[in-house]
Amino acid sequence: MSKSIIKAAGLFKSYKMGATSVDVLRGLELTIKKGEFVAIIGSSGSGKSTLLHILGSLDRPDSGDVFFDDENLNGFSSRRLNKFRNKEVGFVFQFYHLLDELDVLENVYLPSMVSRSIIGWFGFKTQARQRAAGLLERFGLADRLTHKPYQLSGGERQRVAIARALMNEPQVLLADEPTGNLDWQTGNDILNVFTELNKAGQTIIMVTHDQRIAQKAGRVITLVDGRITD
Amino acid sequence: MYKIILAFRYLLKRRISYFALFAVALCVFVVLVVMTVLSSLTADFKEKTHRITGDCVISSRSLAGFPYYEDFLKTLEKQDIVEAVSPVIKSYAIVKTPQNEQTLKIVGIDPCSHNRTTGFSDFLYYKNFTPLEKVADFNSDGKKTLTGYPDAGSIFTPASDTNMPAVIAGIAVMFDRNSGGKYNAPISLPTTEITITSFPITAKGTLERAGTSVVASKTFVLGNVVQTGCSADWENIYLSFNDAQNLCGLAGEPKRANAIHIKFSKGVDINKGCAKIDSLWREFAGQNKDLAYSNLFKNVSVQNWRDYNRTTIAVAETQQALMIIVFAMIGVITVFIVFVVFYMIVCHKSRDIGILKSVGASNGDLMAVFMVFAFLTGLLGSAIGSLAGWRFLVHINQIEGWLFRHFNFQLWDRTIYAIGDIPNKIDLSVLAIIILSAIAACLLGAFIPSRQAAKTDAVKTLQVNRL
Ligand SMILES: Nc1ncnc2c1ncn2[C@@H]1O[C@H](COP(=O)(O)OP(=O)(O)O)[C@@H](O)[C@H]1O
Ligand SMILES: [Mg+2]
Repeated sequence: MSKSIIKAAGLFKSYKMGATSVDVLRGLELTIKKGEFVAIIGSSGSGKSTLLHILGSLDRPDSGDVFFDDENLNGFSSRRLNKFRNKEVGFVFQFYHLLDELDVLENVYLPSMVSRSIIGWFGFKTQARQRAAGLLERFGLADRLTHKPYQLSGGERQRVAIARALMNEPQVLLADEPTGNLDWQTGNDILNVFTELNKAGQTIIMVTHDQRIAQKAGRVITLVDGRITD
Repeated sequence: MYKIILAFRYLLKRRISYFALFAVALCVFVVLVVMTVLSSLTADFKEKTHRITGDCVISSRSLAGFPYYEDFLKTLEKQDIVEAVSPVIKSYAIVKTPQNEQTLKIVGIDPCSHNRTTGFSDFLYYKNFTPLEKVADFNSDGKKTLTGYPDAGSIFTPASDTNMPAVIAGIAVMFDRNSGGKYNAPISLPTTEITITSFPITAKGTLERAGTSVVASKTFVLGNVVQTGCSADWENIYLSFNDAQNLCGLAGEPKRANAIHIKFSKGVDINKGCAKIDSLWREFAGQNKDLAYSNLFKNVSVQNWRDYNRTTIAVAETQQALMIIVFAMIGVITVFIVFVVFYMIVCHKSRDIGILKSVGASNGDLMAVFMVFAFLTGLLGSAIGSLAGWRFLVHINQIEGWLFRHFNFQLWDRTIYAIGDIPNKIDLSVLAIIILSAIAACLLGAFIPSRQAAKTDAVKTLQVNRL
């Protein structure tokens, strides 16, 4: 019986839109175990992205707790939260979200630069480049290291984004509709990357609104009315 | 490290950053050029004014002058703080030159003591020739170097064996200036006769009658001309103290002078020195208040060289004050441009802000990215501006000459302004101040946008256009 890595308890989140307020999450409970590949499925606007952002500490719930390795994120200082985003989770977004001013390799080792001072970075640079290049090679992008993001296709960009998310060897990969902007074949390739990673032990939480894609995951959970229905 | 990399890339890859860069460069350029030119003109003008005036002046507002100046000179000479003193006659006269008649200020000086008190001989146009040398032998720059004046006392001895004493005229009194700023080739000095006609004034302040006429007249030859860059060039004619005293009627008992110029010893603070002279003068005037014509003492005041020349210096200082106000406004405009440009960049790059936060960048890191960006903009912009300003200043006189030849345009009309070349020596401390101010302006302008960047909600920037 493997241990839980993320646990959400009683998450509430609502957005005020003028006079009305939209309750997106209503007492959501969720447990993800180490090494799981979980697909969260729900219709558009059901709060999947909101949930993922809260799990990765990019956003805060109105109430409720997120436990990571049995530690409550609510108790973290903002410094510790930055470190958490840098080290423990890796985000993959629907629209890749690469930095246009950096080339492919730089985009990938960006997380490793963020956590280091200038001097620390110079000591680590070679190692970081090696790891980034290794990841890119693994995803079939060995000859694209010095390209700029706009020179790549959607599928290639998404693989760069995945490499970036994996750069600091995070415990959990958080993917928000990673195939949402790709054609079926390319999306399938990306999903195969995820299954490969999961086989190697990577915990993955993937959000999608597409049943067929969700089938690839080990567990599918559905988000309805701000709660999980298994 | 990524902060510096990103800041650099934003600067180089975003076309809008070039606007900020250009604005900073332009401001630095303008401020550097104008500051270099105007402030050295002003500084130069003040320095020359100081040199031809001396440190302190005791002067009478009355053309009748003040008596017993010789006694007071003795008192002054005993003071430790005083290095040199020079009694001076100052009045107005009608001066007839071969070309015309004009009203000029006549200044009577004892060459030796005046030269010790002021830098008078530094301003002589013809630097070196013996009194008996023919001026015609000299090129127009007076460059032919002979033995020089035997001593300063001989400057009123003419450069030829005539019986007439010499005068020294302001350069613009004698020579025309062409529009290129050069004085026309001078006339032959020793054959140029100059007649000075004045109205002698008695100690009572009334016109003195010499026979049936109320005027005194004397003819001189031109001994030299003086070029100061100040009003003396077109207002003054210098002659020996005794001649001037006679012409102005101040030689009768008690003898009078119009002013005493004073040079202080090295290290004496000018204001403190003037205060000391002022108290000495009051004491002297008090002790001699029962002597004849001591009423003339009431017209006398003690001033430092600045106050004495305040009318002309005030003009220069007003210019400088205006310049500083204009520059302050340029600074405000720079801040504003940088603010707008950075605000736009932050809006434009809000997605990047979200991305950086998602990989663990803190608010402070994001602020730093944009502040480094601003710093680089300021540094690079002012480097470009200084470089351009430097090149421009190096060639400013050629550029002005070219404009003059082709478009008849001159920044300072040399027939009006007594300047030669436009000064173009960059003061490095001024340059440093300008660059630091430009960087400060960039940081200031970028501060609010950077803080906004830091506070941006990552989630909102990462959400893709929901319809
Ligand atoms: N910043 C926001 N302000 C207001 N409403 C928001 C905001 N973010 C999300 N919402 C609303 O919350 C709901 C859930 O959004 P989201 O989590 O993005 O859904 P999903 O990813 O499942 O499509 C939507 O109705 C959306 O309109
Ligand atoms: Mg979504």
